[in-house]
Amino acid sequence: MSSEAGMVIIGAGECGARAALTLREGGFAGPVTLIGAEPHLPYERPPLSKDAMADEAEPLPRHVATGERLAEAGIVHLASTEVRLIDRQKKNVICADGTSLGYDKLLLATGSSPRRLPLAEASRRSVYLRTFDDALAIRAHLRSGVRVLIVGGGFIGLELAASARKLGCPVTVIEAQPRILMRGVPTEIAEIIHAAHAAAGVHFFCGKGIAAIEDIADGVRVQLADGHAVEGDLCVIGIGAVPNVGLAEAADLAIDNGIAADEQLRTSDPDIFAAGDCCSFPLALYGGRRVRLEAWRNAQEQGALAARNMLGGGEAHNAVPWFWSDQYDLGLQIAGLPNEGVEIVRREMGEALILFHLAADGRLVAASGIGPGNSVARDIRLAEMLIAKRAHPPQEKLAAPDAKLKALLAA
Amino acid sequence: MAEWVEACAADDVDEEDVIRFDHGGRTFAIYRSPDDEYFATDGLCTHEKVHLADGLVMDDVIECPKHNGRFNYKTGQAKRAPVCVDLKTYPVKVEAGRVMIQIG
Repeated sequence: MSSEAGMVIIGAGECGARAALTLREGGFAGPVTLIGAEPHLPYERPPLSKDAMADEAEPLPRHVATGERLAEAGIVHLASTEVRLIDRQKKNVICADGTSLGYDKLLLATGSSPRRLPLAEASRRSVYLRTFDDALAIRAHLRSGVRVLIVGGGFIGLELAASARKLGCPVTVIEAQPRILMRGVPTEIAEIIHAAHAAAGVHFFCGKGIAAIEDIADGVRVQLADGHAVEGDLCVIGIGAVPNVGLAEAADLAIDNGIAADEQLRTSDPDIFAAGDCCSFPLALYGGRRVRLEAWRNAQEQGALAARNMLGGGEAHNAVPWFWSDQYDLGLQIAGLPNEGVEIVRREMGEALILFHLAADGRLVAASGIGPGNSVARDIRLAEMLIAKRAHPPQEKLAAPDAKLKALLAA
Repeated sequence: MAEWVEACAADDVDEEDVIRFDHGGRTFAIYRSPDDEYFATDGLCTHEKVHLADGLVMDDVIECPKHNGRFNYKTGQAKRAPVCVDLKTYPVKVEAGRVMIQIG
């Protein structure tokens, strides 16, 4: 492939960086430009709510690729650079400083942003966690005795709650839904996680709407709709993320819960691809159901896939959705989409529990596991392979802890 | 001097599987390949210090249980992102049903 303009990637997170490296691995020799709004080299976000928050004395970003590696690969990384618009007719990208960059193929790896809570807009003690700089700013407040309020019992909020408890902060989690982790985590596993937090001293208000969030003389007060109020020193809001679709929307690309991509991650413009948190795509494994995934591995896999397809690969995305979360000594892993299942088969192994989610015809569509450390990792990985094979494993084997899943895979 | 230490019994490890072995404040992973040979590597992934013994062995590959980085456990070679640093390997011998590894 010879070209003058080359490849431009907007978004220099896990997804964009992986795409840039994959273009080179795929033999592309033309210009590759990776544009990121943040000042840092591409870095991994998962540690921000975990190790970077609690375990490391002076956290540094974990780079997806060092500056040296990018330079060796001939990838131009434009840091602290906002893109103002995409001109699809001229096939160029205009940055906020006026720089114009032409492209042959463009990848949108613009990620997602924290969903804002309008009630908290006036509170200067209410913050969000998305970037390394956000993590540093939150961490600077966390020390023993500092009262932390967390709005939202999702993964970011709960991982942060665990980190804050490790540092000795009193923590209160406020969740509008009747239980934590309503989206995508089965009740029984959410209850185990809830119990671990409660045992660590986290206070919960579940099923409670919020009427107001306001700064007070020496802190911040969250006023609940039922009349109760909770006070703290810092309020962290983690109520989900919204895809960054502004540039795509302004360029008249199709949007459908994110930038709408096809199974090859091509947008409604054949020269523009989208990957990672910012896009929705059809999953053949679940009858073409359109999903948008906010997960590290998906960002990595889709970045690489989009890059191969920018080079003409023509590959469909067919990976099984997968993510993990670490809280205290508990490791959670989920493969597949649990809400595609109608029946659950339990497998108990000592302190670890795996739930297999089966469709009406007995097909394995998801597996959710929780246990100390990485104790469920191997079985969840094998379950993922069974899900990808659209297997109908015998339920009695799934339920028996001494029955090897690897044997089912060979069957 | 490189020292041979006993890691486990040969049948403590299933075929195409891995177990963890801790010794002298260090941690190792002991593998048994599908063709019944034994191998040893450092126990922690070179990416995020996760115990590889919780991972899945497929043919001559160990996959990290957390981020799916892959190594060839026979050579230590890093095979798939996010890992990019090879894994250290150690000589192994089996004597009288015991797996011995030579740690430098």
